[in-house]
Amino acid sequence: MPAVSNASSEAFELSRVSKHYGAVVGLDDVSLSFHAGTTTSLIGSSGSGKSTLLRLLLGLEWPDQGQVKVDGRALEKDHVLELRRRVGYVIQDGGLFPHLTALGNLALLPSHLGWSRERIHQRAEELAALTHLSSGVLARYPAELSGGQRQRVALMRGLMLNPDALLLDEPLGALDPLVRHELQDELKHIFEQLGKTVIVVTHDIAEAAWFAERIVLMRCGKVVQDGRLEDLRQRPTEPFVTHFVEAQRTLREPMA
Amino acid sequence: MKCWFIAALACLLSSMAVCATPVRIGSKQFTESVILGEVARLAARQADVPAQHQRELGGTSILWSALQHGDIDAYPEYTGTLTHELLKNVAADADIPTLRAALKPLGVGITDSLGFNDTYAIGMREDRAAQLGIRRISDLTAHPELRFGFSNEFMDRTDGWPGLRQRYGLAQTQVRGLDHILSYRALSTNAVDAIDLYSTDAEIPYYHLRALDDDKHYFPHYEAVYLYRLSLEQSSPAFVQALRNLSGRIDENAMRRMNAMVKLQGKKETEVAAGFLGVQPDTDGAGLLSRLLKRTIEHLKLVLISLGAAVLLAVPLGVFSASSRRLGQAIMAASGVLQTIPSLAMFVFMIPFFGIGTWPAIVALFLYSLLPIVRNTYTGLVGIPPDLRESAAALGLPPGVRLRRVELPMAMRSILAGVKTAAVINVGTATLGALIGAGGYGQPIVTGIRLDDTGLILEGAIPAALMALIVQGLFEGIERWLTPRGMRLEARQ
Repeated sequence: MPAVSNASSEAFELSRVSKHYGAVVGLDDVSLSFHAGTTTSLIGSSGSGKSTLLRLLLGLEWPDQGQVKVDGRALEKDHVLELRRRVGYVIQDGGLFPHLTALGNLALLPSHLGWSRERIHQRAEELAALTHLSSGVLARYPAELSGGQRQRVALMRGLMLNPDALLLDEPLGALDPLVRHELQDELKHIFEQLGKTVIVVTHDIAEAAWFAERIVLMRCGKVVQDGRLEDLRQRPTEPFVTHFVEAQRTLREPMA
Repeated sequence: MKCWFIAALACLLSSMAVCATPVRIGSKQFTESVILGEVARLAARQADVPAQHQRELGGTSILWSALQHGDIDAYPEYTGTLTHELLKNVAADADIPTLRAALKPLGVGITDSLGFNDTYAIGMREDRAAQLGIRRISDLTAHPELRFGFSNEFMDRTDGWPGLRQRYGLAQTQVRGLDHILSYRALSTNAVDAIDLYSTDAEIPYYHLRALDDDKHYFPHYEAVYLYRLSLEQSSPAFVQALRNLSGRIDENAMRRMNAMVKLQGKKETEVAAGFLGVQPDTDGAGLLSRLLKRTIEHLKLVLISLGAAVLLAVPLGVFSASSRRLGQAIMAASGVLQTIPSLAMFVFMIPFFGIGTWPAIVALFLYSLLPIVRNTYTGLVGIPPDLRESAAALGLPPGVRLRRVELPMAMRSILAGVKTAAVINVGTATLGALIGAGGYGQPIVTGIRLDDTGLILEGAIPAALMALIVQGLFEGIERWLTPRGMRLEARQ
């Protein structure tokens, strides 16, 4: 890590962070930083600490040891609410509140912050256009939405306040392959268009490489390798990396 | 406290120069006591003292503590109860002047005997007793072949059969335990020759029975008297005088006849008491509908106030329990313990703190309502999927807003189900309020049980059942209206 790195250009920074849940290791002495405006894929098997890492960045968990910095400032409980409002967070099946319509979900935070109804509607329309959601869908309840529509609404909810960063925890994990493929395209397009700091958690190496040049591979709470897909393929830091990369099946022409 | 305040307010508003709060007379839960309560009320009316009678307030302990707390001003009692149950350090055969001296420090006054002794007695059919020449209990020793049928309580009490046999040297061997009601039938069909009874039982004249003379004075004296608050001697001397004037005027035969008119001929206590005093009964003038309306209002008041207060406390307690699990377990355990207290006991426990009437009943119902609401609030909140709980936090909503806008609406269905359970249970339990003077649908049930009058029991039980059904239906409507539509869609999936 270069000692002269400009702190203000790091959107998120973890220094020697450990987090344990009883005997279970969440994160073990992890140091990582995420440049503002870049997209990073966090990858690893389940239980490798990817989700814990995102939750630490949002102040949903607090480290046992080490420090988390956001925009160069140490994360403290007294300003965690403001921080969360500057970060959009999308989870696997959307985390939409079932008692509110899609629009109600979008409006929850803005209306608490005193936005007018018109302003909320206008922002919702903008984001519906961005995520290719027909705005008629906004009147529906989550139970009336398809999986893809739910993820689009969840993304919109994360973007309502135009945050600096987006954290996505397996955003496409629960979708069928066709919808998943379509949303991969759209998400990548949206990330490029918005230019925000993005961290995507996935367990699919192809999806990770599709979203970001930088891939962070984790295992048992530790960072195993941090680099591009070629680095993982050609210069693996340990046999597990090769093992993980090759575990993904590729389709071949059937042998004649 | 509240009643007092309202009464004081009513006095202020009234144009009368003198504030005349009516004298409150209580009675226990059996016919003789209710008749004596009516006699006292009508005697007060004769003396131009406004009086009201709170009937069938419950057992001895309730009346006694109500008198001491000033919830009632007077009630009919028996000397034997005073010596055996209520007063300590008084000889079992203490006379009335002794009792008067012992009651004075408690602020309680006592009249002289009304003229009858309602104690245990041994009864035989008049014809059979005459045939055998039996007038006194000691005459029984000459007839060891007689068959006795005694109530189970009398068989067991040391001051019942075992002591009686010893005192009189009775040698009868055919002695059976019987239900008290059945024992009269057994006697009239000659299945037994003698039974235990109370000396003023209505059945004595009805079945043509002879109560044998207790010539060795074995049974304790239960002389009927009125107890009253001594403060009445200043505040309402005319009433105290009216009570005193009743002493010596009711003999055993008169009391038996009055009991029989109510129990066996179905007359109203008011009529019977008025007939005895030779005054016009004041018809309450209330038809079935207005009676029902009055009781419905009383009942609703009990249910709604207790339920409303329970919601206000139990929902926050449930929220608190869900956020701090360990304390939550303690809260839940405490409200669970409250639930296990038998309802009648719960009502009686309230009396030392809140006296008798509407408010103690409301407090008891309130305590009963807590558990279902606390538990369902807790269950509803704890059942919210953790990722949704976290999504609300991740949005950057402060905890209060999360609770109000996300968690409570999601738990609403469960909370309402808890309130519904509490409400339906309350409608049923509130009928017990009649035992401590709270009125409501329990009143005709209590009277009906006492008089063995099924019609009267149904007059309370049917409206109570209907109210429970209506409350149930109403809450289902409220549930549909208050449960967010999205939650219903969710539940259907």
